[in-house]
Amino acid sequence: MSKNIVLKKGLDIPVEGAAELQLSKTVSPDIVAVEPVQLKGFSARLLVAEGDKVLAGSPVMADKKNPEILLVSPVSGTVKEIVRGEKRKLLAVTINADDKQEYLKGEPACGNADEVKKALLSGGLWPLIIQRPYGIIADPAIYPKAIFVSTFNSAPLAADTAFTMSGRLGEIQAAVEALGKIAPVHIGTTAGSAFCKIAGAQVHVFEGRHPAGNVGVQIDAVSPIHKGDTVWTLSLHALAAIGKYLLKGIYDVRRKVAVAGPAAIEPSYVETLPGAPMKTLAAYYGGHAEGLRIVSGDILTGRSVGEDGYLGFFDDTVTIIREGTEKEWFGWAKPVRFSQFSADHSYFSWLTPWKKYAMDTNLHGGPRAFVMNDAYYSKVLPMNIFPVYLIKACIEGDIDKMEKFGIYRVLPEDLALCEYIDPSKNYIQDIIAKGIDLMLKEMA
Amino acid sequence: MKKFWHATVDAFETFLRVPGTVTLKGAHVRDAIDLKRIMIIAVISVIPAAIFGMWNVGYQHSLAIGDGRLQILANFWYGFLRVLPLYVVAYGVGLFIEFFSSGLRGEEVNEGYLMTGMLIPLIVPVTVPLWMLAIAVAFSVIFVKEVFGGTGMNIWNPALVTRAFLFFSYPSAMSGSECWISLKSGEKLVDSFTGATPLALDGAAAQYGTGIWDYIIGTIPGSVGETSVIAILLGAAILLWTGVASWKIMLSSVIGALFVGGIANLCGTGIPCWEHLIIGGFAFGTVFMATDPVTSAQTECGKWIYGFLVGALCVTVRLFNPGYAEGMMLAILLGNTFAPLIDHCVVTTALKKA
Repeated sequence: MSKNIVLKKGLDIPVEGAAELQLSKTVSPDIVAVEPVQLKGFSARLLVAEGDKVLAGSPVMADKKNPEILLVSPVSGTVKEIVRGEKRKLLAVTINADDKQEYLKGEPACGNADEVKKALLSGGLWPLIIQRPYGIIADPAIYPKAIFVSTFNSAPLAADTAFTMSGRLGEIQAAVEALGKIAPVHIGTTAGSAFCKIAGAQVHVFEGRHPAGNVGVQIDAVSPIHKGDTVWTLSLHALAAIGKYLLKGIYDVRRKVAVAGPAAIEPSYVETLPGAPMKTLAAYYGGHAEGLRIVSGDILTGRSVGEDGYLGFFDDTVTIIREGTEKEWFGWAKPVRFSQFSADHSYFSWLTPWKKYAMDTNLHGGPRAFVMNDAYYSKVLPMNIFPVYLIKACIEGDIDKMEKFGIYRVLPEDLALCEYIDPSKNYIQDIIAKGIDLMLKEMA
Repeated sequence: MKKFWHATVDAFETFLRVPGTVTLKGAHVRDAIDLKRIMIIAVISVIPAAIFGMWNVGYQHSLAIGDGRLQILANFWYGFLRVLPLYVVAYGVGLFIEFFSSGLRGEEVNEGYLMTGMLIPLIVPVTVPLWMLAIAVAFSVIFVKEVFGGTGMNIWNPALVTRAFLFFSYPSAMSGSECWISLKSGEKLVDSFTGATPLALDGAAAQYGTGIWDYIIGTIPGSVGETSVIAILLGAAILLWTGVASWKIMLSSVIGALFVGGIANLCGTGIPCWEHLIIGGFAFGTVFMATDPVTSAQTECGKWIYGFLVGALCVTVRLFNPGYAEGMMLAILLGNTFAPLIDHCVVTTALKKA
């Protein structure tokens, strides 16, 4: 049973440098990093020491509050270094990979919900589950209201899941069946996609521009999160990895990653591992990252990691863009700016919808108070939310208002487009993230 | 001190070229739009009304002294010289305060005043003494904008508050039949001439030979920029094409005015309801002032209610308040006052449904 949902609001940013749908190489990194940084709510306790031997799937870190949540090594090899930051905060564990990969074999059982949970916890797959509200690591004690999976990316230059997931439908199906024992699974997809055929889940067909592919937007269209609700979300990569573990008993998170962006040389796909160093992608930026920004993730929500960084735990896109440090003479005063895109009609790029732009990281203005009204921002947010009200509530730190205006329903990524189009150049995702942190602190 | 001047230096530098600032977190790319662009579009949209207003100042002067010849350039030049000092005062005083307070707050100068300063000379009588204008501008910028935290934080439209300040503090300079016509010292009015606006004449304008086309073209006495419906519609076209102003507010304001005017017509009073749209400050206020994104309603649904309220109130004041011939200024200020309440109701209702 599928249901068609048309989202009228949104914006597809016409940035050039989309990855060509071909696998240019398979990267087997010499070294990988296990980084807890992207796992909100995971406070890492170290389980290995430098020089220890690990297998692919061996625990490297555990959560301090829920010690059964494990973060495991994606490769077999030797622990090279424990990287710590300020106040000895654990930033990463780097592991030298063996030439031949050996996997820790698990024997997952998934007869009922508790067995599935146990399998995911012991297999190291638990951190792939994100819990809403707040986008934190899932609590194993909870049975969520529903589990949502978005099967398509709508963000600019993001990986095409039909390509990255080809041949993995069996694994995804196995994962959906197992997760369905914990809570009803909802799949958000597009018309005609291969994922419409997944059994054991409610399929919702979406149509619309970005952020239609954001799982948060899809949840909101199907069944909005209210106070007291808990929902889990997983990416397709997570489902594929879970399926593989359930079918074969091994932790294999190898994935096809789109390397894209206006500054990327011959953008295409590579097969690699999360935690692989960006230097393994040097061919895409010509070996010199000076003046470039290397983003793990898409250009709206990714993290700038630099050439010394690693591919993020959840990411399947790497975007390379130029740093926009040049000053532009009379930029705003020119009647037309052919090289710049604006969704606003006071420039004329909306008259040439076929054109793509080599965007850079320039802010195109200076920070101001909010001048344009709520309706200006809500035209790119297909949710029943008043974004400026929510943003201002977060700035104020007013818990009651944040609740009222929908803090449970959003993650920063859902408002990324509001940030993109903001003429007042506020860091809206950061404001929302701080609001969520405050909620976590106050509601704890 | 260095920080204080930074705002000023930065304002001039960023005026000339877009800074090389890059995004620090969140979205790595940003839209090319900024407030400078939005404000310059708004300013450009007012230019037709400003140019026509200057010409009309000269034309009304010619009529008043009995020189009925159509001298386009000479009339424009006369009006230009009369309106220019108003611009010098409006921008001089306003921008000084704006730069000063931005320096105090340590923020970059907001471009909002460029539009406010563009509007102020167009909504006052051309004869307004410059010292009065200076005081009114200072009052409005300081007490209506800066004390709230600058552009974006204000509740009322600062340009309209400037006019309201003048209107209530110096009524003799702001109404009547003399203030709309600029005369050189020693010049005398010809006998058959009245400088009263059609609204003040309350339907008796026809006996002075002014008709519908005069209202539409704008060859009538009035505040500098408000008279020509054609010039204002040109501005409206720019604002709507670029999406800088909301068509919902403009349309609902027109509907509101027609609604109240129509009811009055049914009761047998007032001028035909559609005439309200083309005389007085209605068109100017609806297009340029009610649509201010900061002080109007924030939500799409709220815009309909807010616009309707502005149009309806304007005609209500015109028809039922014998003290004020014109109601647009008060209608928009009242609309501004109620906009947050309207939005509150809209937001609360919408979220209850979710």
